[in-house]
Amino acid sequence: MTQLDGPSTIAAPVATDPDGGERTRPTGARTGRKVGVGRIVAWAVMGILLLITIFPFYWMLRTALSSNGALYANSSSLLPADFSWGGFQRVFGLQSVDEAIEQGGSGAKIDFWRYLVNSAIVATVITVFQVFFSALAAYAFARLRWRGRDLVFGVFLLSLMVPVIFTLLPNFLLVKQLGLIDTLLGIILPSMFMAPFAIFFLRQFFLNVPLEVEEAALVDGASKVRVFFNLIIPMSAAPIATISILTYMTAWNDYFWPLMVSYTDDSRVLTVALGSFRAQSPQGGPDWAGLMAATLIAALPMILLFAVFAKRIVNSIGFSGIK
Amino acid sequence: MAVTTRSEARRAPARPPGGAGGRQRRPDDTRLALLFILPAVIGLLLFYFWPLVRGIWLSFTSWDLLSPERFVGFANYERMFADPVFWNAIWVTLEYVVLNIGIQTIVALAIALLMQRLTRSTLVRGLILAPYLVSNVVAALVFFWILDFQLGIGNQILEWIGLDRIGFFTTEEWAIPTIALVNVWRHMGYTALLIFAGLQAIPQNLYEVARVDGASEVRQFTGITLPLLRPILGLVLIISVIGSFQVFDTVSVTTSGGPVNASRVLQVYIYENAFAQFNFGYASALSVAMLAILVVVTFFQYRITRAGQTDLN
Repeated sequence: MTQLDGPSTIAAPVATDPDGGERTRPTGARTGRKVGVGRIVAWAVMGILLLITIFPFYWMLRTALSSNGALYANSSSLLPADFSWGGFQRVFGLQSVDEAIEQGGSGAKIDFWRYLVNSAIVATVITVFQVFFSALAAYAFARLRWRGRDLVFGVFLLSLMVPVIFTLLPNFLLVKQLGLIDTLLGIILPSMFMAPFAIFFLRQFFLNVPLEVEEAALVDGASKVRVFFNLIIPMSAAPIATISILTYMTAWNDYFWPLMVSYTDDSRVLTVALGSFRAQSPQGGPDWAGLMAATLIAALPMILLFAVFAKRIVNSIGFSGIK
Repeated sequence: MAVTTRSEARRAPARPPGGAGGRQRRPDDTRLALLFILPAVIGLLLFYFWPLVRGIWLSFTSWDLLSPERFVGFANYERMFADPVFWNAIWVTLEYVVLNIGIQTIVALAIALLMQRLTRSTLVRGLILAPYLVSNVVAALVFFWILDFQLGIGNQILEWIGLDRIGFFTTEEWAIPTIALVNVWRHMGYTALLIFAGLQAIPQNLYEVARVDGASEVRQFTGITLPLLRPILGLVLIISVIGSFQVFDTVSVTTSGGPVNASRVLQVYIYENAFAQFNFGYASALSVAMLAILVVVTFFQYRITRAGQTDLN
């Protein structure tokens, strides 16, 4: 009976634990012949943690679909209090000022389409340029032969350690001198050229592309530039996609830097707009329905991105994906 | 130890063979390489190193952006060391980091262990990661609503279970713990997945052997899981600590540092000095203080990363 565990060292997941019951199984074991008390408790705890994780998202939706007046009377029903699209309408400026004020909005003009477009432009441009430039550099560090390569790479690694705050103020001054304050380019510029992490991340993958493949192409007369574009990039599509998603998310969610640079609607991105949306609450109290509609809209693109790439994102979080 | 050999074996062939393969042709790619790293180098010099130099220089000046900057020696630093709000900010930031990291690590470890035991489903991992996808601003606003004194469902629940309502964002004693918990919510899933990845690397047969020897659950955890997870846990911890020190978004959106100075963390104070009072010199000196703190933390990060590098893959 007790000897059964012997050979299972190789195939741990298949191991059948003769004692079953409360003893927990090794990872991934799904035999589940006996459902132990421990397992039930564990699932219960897990369930509570998942609930805490997910509930705020539901509450966002529930509030966004409520009308402000009813929220005061009914602050705890699970369904929207007095269902209304008002929150979303205010966010997109579809309500007249009077109507908005009557429903608890601030009446101030807000145009989330514009912020949404600004955020999309900023995140897209940053992602495209940063990933491309980082890939170029990563290839030079991984596969090209030149003097001082390791030294320069070391310097790049060091820059990973410069805290963001320290570069923010001087970068603000630089962007100001360049006359780019309150422009999208001003927000984009500092992150456009590279990210030390992206270089480090991609270099790891380029190192793993088999040398033979590259050399075969070189023997056939392809230049290194062609090898990079026609061989390395297609072969590294998966890590490039992963780092692109991570970069896009970071750019989309960034708040501190755009807050410094943007002053008007010309360059206001969603995160900054959300911050000021809350600040311009009317006297009575915040326009909760509108605010939650706005946060939902800000979160939605990331949630959609995630829905499409869930597997990739989840699996990228190992120790290569550390940030 | 077993992990060491494995990952080194994997890493070794990845190194470009510097003559090891005996390739006669050793082309020198210097020109191409310079072209390839040019954009990255521009970015590095312009937006990492130049700011570093300029930031340190500015901390020795007095500057309001309008009149030209004036060298003032150590005046900003003298002022800083005598500034009670600065010391308060350090204290508040530390309180935040301890609460944030302490709770986050314990919860994340619990989630990771539960996932290891229960499921590897992508759905569960995806759900647990969801808060990490939204911005700090969104997370802050949602909890600002959920924990609203009058209307928040959080306070409603407190009332149902017979407790008093709490002014989460409006009372001095609760502001920092609340902000710390909001960020625990946003980061716990991500941290859990990192730890989960670490757990996967622990060879299963160790547990088998322990079980045959009759080791209890607790014994297995303290005898196998914790020691083998230590490098990874250390890495996760230090990296989260560095992020945690730089808290800004959540505070800025919810309490803006209040009530009084209760949640005026260092970055918020820096921002106010620069953009509300236009004391760029003083704000730069405060940033240098932040840099100094982070260098100390990074030093530990570096050491622990070295120790934990074997598990990187």
